[in-house]
Amino acid sequence: MLGADALVKCLELEGTKYVFGYPGVAICPFYNSILSSDIKTILIRTEQNAAHAASGYARVSDSIGVCAVTSGPGATNVITGIATAFADSIPLIVITGQVDSELLGSDVFQEADITGAVESFVKYSYLVRNANDIPRIVKEAFHIAQTGRKGPVLIDIPIDVQNSEVKKFSYPESVSMRTYKPTVKGNMVQIRKVAEKLSKAKRPVICAGGGVILSGAQDSLRKFADKYKIPVVSTMMGIGVMPTKDPMYFGMVGNNGKPYANRAMNEADLIIMVGARVADRAISQPDLIMENTVLIHIDVDPAEIGKNAKPSIPLVGDARHIFDDLISQEITGNYDHWLNDLRIYRQEMEPQRDPDPSYVDPAAFITMLSEKMKDNGIYVADVGQNQIWSCAYHIVKKGRFLTSGGMGTMGYSIPAAMGAKLACPKRQVIAVCGDGSFQMSMMELATCRQYDVPIKIVVLKNRYLGMVRQYQHFKYNDNYSVVDIGDLPDLGKLAAAYGIKCMKLSNMKKADQVIDEFLKNDESMILECNVDPYDLVH
Amino acid sequence: MNKKVFQIIVDNTSGVLSRISGLFSRRGYNIESITAGVTADDRFTRITIVASGEDEVLDQIEKQVAKLVDVRDIRELYPESSVYRELALVKVKADATLRDSVKSIVDFYKAKIIDVGYDSLIIELTGNSAKIDSFLDILRDYEILELARTGIAGLCRGTEGVLYLQ
Repeated sequence: MLGADALVKCLELEGTKYVFGYPGVAICPFYNSILSSDIKTILIRTEQNAAHAASGYARVSDSIGVCAVTSGPGATNVITGIATAFADSIPLIVITGQVDSELLGSDVFQEADITGAVESFVKYSYLVRNANDIPRIVKEAFHIAQTGRKGPVLIDIPIDVQNSEVKKFSYPESVSMRTYKPTVKGNMVQIRKVAEKLSKAKRPVICAGGGVILSGAQDSLRKFADKYKIPVVSTMMGIGVMPTKDPMYFGMVGNNGKPYANRAMNEADLIIMVGARVADRAISQPDLIMENTVLIHIDVDPAEIGKNAKPSIPLVGDARHIFDDLISQEITGNYDHWLNDLRIYRQEMEPQRDPDPSYVDPAAFITMLSEKMKDNGIYVADVGQNQIWSCAYHIVKKGRFLTSGGMGTMGYSIPAAMGAKLACPKRQVIAVCGDGSFQMSMMELATCRQYDVPIKIVVLKNRYLGMVRQYQHFKYNDNYSVVDIGDLPDLGKLAAAYGIKCMKLSNMKKADQVIDEFLKNDESMILECNVDPYDLVH
Repeated sequence: MNKKVFQIIVDNTSGVLSRISGLFSRRGYNIESITAGVTADDRFTRITIVASGEDEVLDQIEKQVAKLVDVRDIRELYPESSVYRELALVKVKADATLRDSVKSIVDFYKAKIIDVGYDSLIIELTGNSAKIDSFLDILRDYEILELARTGIAGLCRGTEGVLYLQ
């Protein structure tokens, strides 16, 4: 058995179903071995998208996404995808081929120090020197990627190691690492303190981040919030912790969030921040909020606690474990009055828009689209104005909302939607992007077709890099610089080139029937929406 | 600005030092000195870092280092319950006429002359950083040709703070 065979065998034993990637000489032994495996391979059209597709796959299947690319440019291209996954704590295994061990460090053809280059974007990385280490390393890599705060792990394997004989293959049953032991169970003393503080609080709010979804704590959180009648808001990554219309849910916080969600945060006397980084876009001035507020910060990563805001009660652990422990505590507070206030705010403070009827209003369109989506449908938002509209107007029922929150990587939605569709072929998957972000990933239309991955793609076309144009509108007094993206490409012709149907919507008049038509069959389709170039998100 | 001495025990893997130093540089933490060497158990390396910053930053340093997969343990070596030592090698320009006067300072500091050249001396001094600073200050009347300082190594006193490696 060769190193490459061992690597494939390890992936099989870890239950890997798909490998997203792009071959090159340095990873060819691996791609040769995988031919005799049941693992399916997806030839993505650029390596960055291999990581995005693996990310979409991981998030929806609640497992680990795997990608495999070649050395040098293959490896450096995948970095943006790795960084995107790292920022949102998505578990990935990224395998990179590497030049011959003997030649390492001599700048030969397609050599890049990828372990060095990704150091700040991975949870851990390995450079495999000996084929006999492969089983241990893969076992550790999967363990590291999916435990504690999840994240990408990179395995760099020189071609000679892939080609060398493994003496005796045995896959370890468990991991024994001397140095890596994340805390998942919350400290009971701290949990009791949370219950005491909650009992004394009058206006508590739970601010849920992506960590709640990553730990599968949605149900536990919902039960807890319901039992004690504690309102819930979320960060962008936390969208989907509860259905949008849940009576206990009060929207997304932050500078692009709902005014009533921010008001809830500002008026709260106790905030339970859970699985959230308290980063600048969500909480722009943590000091202001904290002055008269009890802050309870729950996170599986101790380094997040106290990084951006000083909590009154730090609580390290996995969100699901902690809510399961919290729910059995005695909490005597009554927050009915507060809840009532928030419901009034929600009614009164919903932002009003005044859309130009000659265009598709993104707000009305997204609301209508999500109402017509299947209950368990998966909505993948890209980055830009489209993302902010999606956050504000998409209605999560029992489905998922995926986006690149931390890194804000344009072009995420199409490959991530493909990964999600492969993970759950029976679910409806819709990518919503702008004309800028669409063009960053449009080469993947070929992949969609080649592997028959039927995703729906909405392009909100406004002929501008809208988010930057909006920034220049406010900050530079409409002096637009390098944001005019023009009218190209002709999406109808482009779609036709790939054998994909394309529909157009020029205003809201026919939205109802066009969306019905767009969603009718489980086949790839593009819907181009003509959006007001000067529309603003707020 | 405060200063803390951290004792870090890491798995002896390749690249571990660059992971630690990379963490400090990308997050903008200040390192005043860093020393590394294998522990009594050769699977582990002990790294001693002197870091400076506001309390919140020092707190983050401890947490971010602890988070690295290769790190077995990080703890502060508190000044009141630890000993710190640093080694300095100082090359001083001193011909025959100056040797004796330099030697008297060397003796006073319990330092050692470990090399004598025609017009220079190399002095070895071990002590805490303050002692080395003061020694260098006394030597300012002479010409220091080269100076090599190791940064501090430290241990906690007694058996209470000992980390038993398994």
